[in-house]
Amino acid sequence: MKSKKMVCISCPLGCTLAVSYSEDGKEIAVSGNRCPRGVTYAEHEIRDPRRVVTSNVKVLGGEWPLASVKTTGPIPKDRIRDLVQLLVPLEISAPVSIGTKVLENVFQSGEDVVVTREVKKL
Amino acid sequence: MRTLELDSLVIGGGAAGMAAAVECAERGCKTVLVEREASTGGVLNQCIHNGFGLHVFKEELTGPEYAHLFQKQMADRGIDVHPDRFVLKVDPQKKEVITIGASGATCYKPNALIMTTGARERSFANLRIPGTRPSGIFTAGVAQRFVNLQNRLPGKKAFILGSGDIGLIMARRLTLEGMEVLGVAELMPFPGGLARNISQCLDDFDIPLYLSTSVVEVHGKERLNAITLARFDPGTGKVLPGTRKTIEVDTLILSVGLLPQNELIEDFCEVDAINRGVRVDSMMRTSNPWIFAAGNNVTVYDLVDFVTLDAKFAGQMAATIIKGGRLAQSAIPLKRGKNVGAMTPGKVCAGGNPFTIFLRSRKVMEKGRIELGPGLLSRVHMGIRPSEMLEVKVTQGHLEKIQQMGWKELTISLEEVEA
Repeated sequence: MKSKKMVCISCPLGCTLAVSYSEDGKEIAVSGNRCPRGVTYAEHEIRDPRRVVTSNVKVLGGEWPLASVKTTGPIPKDRIRDLVQLLVPLEISAPVSIGTKVLENVFQSGEDVVVTREVKKL
Repeated sequence: MRTLELDSLVIGGGAAGMAAAVECAERGCKTVLVEREASTGGVLNQCIHNGFGLHVFKEELTGPEYAHLFQKQMADRGIDVHPDRFVLKVDPQKKEVITIGASGATCYKPNALIMTTGARERSFANLRIPGTRPSGIFTAGVAQRFVNLQNRLPGKKAFILGSGDIGLIMARRLTLEGMEVLGVAELMPFPGGLARNISQCLDDFDIPLYLSTSVVEVHGKERLNAITLARFDPGTGKVLPGTRKTIEVDTLILSVGLLPQNELIEDFCEVDAINRGVRVDSMMRTSNPWIFAAGNNVTVYDLVDFVTLDAKFAGQMAATIIKGGRLAQSAIPLKRGKNVGAMTPGKVCAGGNPFTIFLRSRKVMEKGRIELGPGLLSRVHMGIRPSEMLEVKVTQGHLEKIQQMGWKELTISLEEVEA
């Protein structure tokens, strides 16, 4: 068994988790968590680490030149930079409302990229 | 000058102001919110990362989404928002507030005033770092505004001074936007921001964190071209000889703390020297009974959810008075015992409503005991860090005991116990 310390990022409490796991990641034991989300987080972190990604996309004709966006759920951690690169050339037109989809099923993760800010038309 | 009579006036449209205004309006008070900027939301508008709302909305939201939910609640309740309006003066004798905006001056005469003016970032000028005074030095919030609202990058190669949450968030943001972030320095021997932000903003991107380290000199004629770092002895607070190191950067981002803003009322309302914010009692009243206060102008909170909860309570208490109700008057001091830093409220109304004490430890403790005395409450808490606020709920039962015992003051303290 291997062991690893990690900080759960599921909420701002940030529990310090002590995780022991088998080489193949099939057996995982977690302690130090204050809620069940800590166990889920540690399992994902060992087997397939994922993150919710937030960034911005360009808006044409709006009160702000950008609209903030997020992935609807966590995507593979090693694709964070690739996702941000995908967003660079995108342009959407104002008005923009919260929840508007700008990318679908990114990297086959099942998660979309949606707008998180209302941007009015100028 | 135009004069407006109303029930409650809220100054500042950030998280605290929006929550307080909603609670007042919900209770039938004619409420106006005055905001300096063009729209409400405050700093939430530029905090595009997620992690907001877990307590208040039971879901994880980004800053703009959190602000939007409150903007909708305000619109639904017909709250008048007066944007682009600057407050010149709060007059506690005449109970009026003088403001100026594009349409001219307006004098508001509210039955209750709620101050939700928030905090500002400590600036480079506050730090007294030797060297030249080039461009390229930004507070984290200013850099965040450039990047997330105005689509501008502050430079190419950055170093971050201070490990507050906004600094950590900006380390990740600037990296993803294509800047090179060489590291984060923190003068204290422990980080200033939340553990989750060290993990997901620095560790995920291999950005080093240097503890007990600070910037001791900045270089560059017009634009910053280098900074000198040095390690500090945590015991003496002095630079360790032989640890100075100069690195080339064109951008220095400062995340060195927030200062509560109370210029409008600090001449006649008590201020807490350690919080540096206006002191409130457990009913969210300042030392002037006409003025309530909540949010980062009281003490700098770690979570917006806590700001919202306290501000809602302030709105409820203000509405009670406006509607002719009475709030418990006599308040006894709540004093800081061992290891307690920032803490609110400063006074407890034993005849009032149950409330929550928010406090910060002065040191890191693997295991610590929180005591509210004399002998009211004792609780063990794991993993206490100065960056994370502790909550202590004071119940109706506790308040009854305080009255019964006739205590003249309370003390809250933190003691390290064997892990």
